[in-house]
Amino acid sequence: MTDTEKNERPPAEKTPGPGTGVPAAGGLDARLVVERGAFRLDVTLSAAPGDVVALLGPNGAGKTTALRALAGLVPLSGGHLRLDGVELDRTPPESRPVGVVFQDYLLFPHLTALDNVAFGPRCRGASRARSRAQAAAWLERLGLAAHAAAKPRRLSGGQAQRVALARALATHPRLLLLDEPLAALDARTRLDVRAQLRRHLADFEAVAVLVTHDPLDAMVLADHLVVVEDGHVVQEGAPSHIARRPRTDYIAHLVGLNLYRGQAAGHTVRLDDGPVITTAEDLTGPAFVAFPPSAVTLHRDRPTGTSARNLWRCEVAGLETHGDRIRADLTGELPLAADLTTVAAAELDLHPGAAVWATVKATQTHAYHD
Amino acid sequence: MTRSARRTRRMLRTTGAGAAALLALSACSSSGEDSGGKAGASSSAGGPDKLSGTVNVFAAASLTESFTQLGKDFEERHPGTKVVFNFGGSDSLAAGITSGAPADVFASASPRTMKVVTDAGDAAGTPATFVRNRLEIATLPGNPDEVASLADLTGDDLKVVLCDKTVPCGAAAQKALTAADLKLTPVSYEEDVKSALNKVVLKEADAAVVYRTDVRAAGDKVEGVEFPEAADAVNDYPITLLKDAPNAAVGTAFIELVRSAEGRKVLTEAGFTAP
Amino acid sequence: MTASPETGAAAGPRTGGPRRPRPLRGGAPLPLLVPALIGLAFLVLPLVALLVRAPWTSMPELLTSTEVWQALRLSLICATAATAVSMVIGVPLAWLLARVEFPGRGLVRALVTLPLVLPPVVGGVALLMALGRNGVVGRWLDSWFGLTLPFTTTGVVLAEAFVAMPFLVISVEGTLRAADPRYEEAATTLGASRFTAFRRVTLPLIAPGIAAGAVLAWARALGEFGATITFAGNFPGRTQTMPLAVYLALQSDPEAAVALSLVLLAVSIAVLAGLRDRWMTAS
Repeated sequence: MTDTEKNERPPAEKTPGPGTGVPAAGGLDARLVVERGAFRLDVTLSAAPGDVVALLGPNGAGKTTALRALAGLVPLSGGHLRLDGVELDRTPPESRPVGVVFQDYLLFPHLTALDNVAFGPRCRGASRARSRAQAAAWLERLGLAAHAAAKPRRLSGGQAQRVALARALATHPRLLLLDEPLAALDARTRLDVRAQLRRHLADFEAVAVLVTHDPLDAMVLADHLVVVEDGHVVQEGAPSHIARRPRTDYIAHLVGLNLYRGQAAGHTVRLDDGPVITTAEDLTGPAFVAFPPSAVTLHRDRPTGTSARNLWRCEVAGLETHGDRIRADLTGELPLAADLTTVAAAELDLHPGAAVWATVKATQTHAYHD
Repeated sequence: MTRSARRTRRMLRTTGAGAAALLALSACSSSGEDSGGKAGASSSAGGPDKLSGTVNVFAAASLTESFTQLGKDFEERHPGTKVVFNFGGSDSLAAGITSGAPADVFASASPRTMKVVTDAGDAAGTPATFVRNRLEIATLPGNPDEVASLADLTGDDLKVVLCDKTVPCGAAAQKALTAADLKLTPVSYEEDVKSALNKVVLKEADAAVVYRTDVRAAGDKVEGVEFPEAADAVNDYPITLLKDAPNAAVGTAFIELVRSAEGRKVLTEAGFTAP
Repeated sequence: MTASPETGAAAGPRTGGPRRPRPLRGGAPLPLLVPALIGLAFLVLPLVALLVRAPWTSMPELLTSTEVWQALRLSLICATAATAVSMVIGVPLAWLLARVEFPGRGLVRALVTLPLVLPPVVGGVALLMALGRNGVVGRWLDSWFGLTLPFTTTGVVLAEAFVAMPFLVISVEGTLRAADPRYEEAATTLGASRFTAFRRVTLPLIAPGIAAGAVLAWARALGEFGATITFAGNFPGRTQTMPLAVYLALQSDPEAAVALSLVLLAVSIAVLAGLRDRWMTAS
């Protein structure tokens, strides 16, 4: 299903920046090919200075490998890597203008926060005093001046994350890489840190690439999403676009949509395996149909006199609590997810194995070309 | 740490007799069982001389070659017997005996160490001097430094090793040097005579003052140079049966062999002189 | 023997606070306690016996003898120098074994431990054959530089380093394997060359392991006897270390040997206990 998609970026949704394959005067232009046994990563990335690109994908998709290839920590098997017009394919990591915030930060435990941040400038030739002054300025900027003398283990998760960011930024990288920058944090800190990180990334004048499996992080932090599955790009574009028009089950699941693929003919889309969905859009040819679980209404008996054009007979496969709502997984004519209130679930006496009727209004579906 | 470590070390150090010492040590541990079993078997077989079982001989390291030979001769002559040697520095051996090591015979390289054993009341009878050993200079093969006398060793450009004063060959060398009124500064005071000799064998030292028997034993790896002052520092080698000997009969027979004409012949070939 | 708990904490990913195992409250289970106590007794009993049999009355006389002080001083200097030599060449060797894949690495690792199984005297003979005046390499040292190692203090240091270095290498290699190599990666992304990353990041991270290995090596070097006397000989003030003095004293005066052993033991225990407090428990 995704074959036609990979490596193609629909021009309409592109964020400002150079087009794929066009040599970039500034910013990132890369095709990363890394072969490791049976696994092959082949990802094309491009971004203009100031862009924040998120690599989103399930575990094992190759996101981190892509990041490590950008940093020079794994060699490229093929492709190219240009940053601000300079070839970096063969440049060792220590000579690349690249800063990395690692997943668990990897702050040097024997150095204070200040010395961690001063490490980069010092390695790049600044005097001890000067690199420390720079480090102090970075800590100040990230609101960490009070913790300059602290060893990493005395820092909270959020503070450590900011020290790691300061350490990466202190070398003035032209490419900032962040590997799951929020994954090590608990839910509450995460909210705070995410907001701060968004601010810092917005201020960052060069290219930032972050890797995450959390769609919310990706959508909040990045202005361009690249979805990677099994080593390949399956979709990319602005977060809002991807959220509205997912093209793979993984993305649909991430953004919480029911997604189907079929042949459109006017206001109907005939799915590959039989059922027909009536839609508001008028299309012809291969198309996707998506609708949110909240658009689904469930009935114990076949509804009569409903205005809903889509009606399917289903069976409850599973139930789980989703915040203050119940998410029902349904099988039958059309597999789908439906959200309903706890009260509604009780009234319907839902339980696994229960037979139900599902209706969806055509106006609540969204069809778009394949 | 003291005793077992010392014994192990001693065993490892007597490089020339390493294998023999190993044998001796392993046999030591099971000697009681061994001699009992063999004695029984031998008596039922009705051997002509009634001698059987294992005899443990503690002997000075310098006796390694000649006593090993005599041990073989003895075993051939008395089937059913087994001579197990523990070669080592006389001091260590004496210390072992006074601490109760199961030995039948003690052959020492100096009356002083024998006195340790007799003073402790561990000897059966009076020890007898069975051979004498005299010092010789061991030089590199062909004597490239043309060493002809003890005085030649005092030159600055020669690397000479002596035995440490605490071991008999070192004490004897000091005596000879004193008699000759010479002052000799070696590069090392070696812990025993074999180590001193080995330094010349390995060509790390140019000369060593060792026993004539050691020079003989080293064959053509060193060349011996006799010197007159050696006469002032002759070493008597006493031998004795021990009071607590587990196998006194065989021990006595072994001593007889050592002191016989045949024994003397083997010992003289090894470089010892008759008392 | 390789990685102390502190090493593990330092090397692992950051987990918030340092976690240290708490001592068990209540009694230790008997199946552990009994063999543990037997083990302790087994190690301590010979030392106690030394103390019991020590000739306390002649101690003052021994302790004022210049030969003893000379030997003790030489022992401490040589053991420390041997440890320093072991660190300078042993830590890089450990790094090579832990971090660089090369064919025959297993064999090289086995070779490194060889001095552990080699009887020290054989080690000394081997050193003579390699570095002696007539040795494979030594003959060139002698004819080109006029450098002879046997019968010199340098020879003592070499013999001790030969025997002691494997302890350091094994200890440091274990610590390196336990340490997270991604710290080195993080350092390279900050512009550090591989050597700088090693020096400024890896080395401090594995410092506890190095300290543990150095202490082991030092202790082994201090007690070294066989390789030393074989390679460097025995000359008071130049190559006669305490173990040699003890051994020779045993030949003539076992009581003095016991006393000398006690002096060596007391000094080494004082040094090791002092180091342990300072190095091994510091975070």
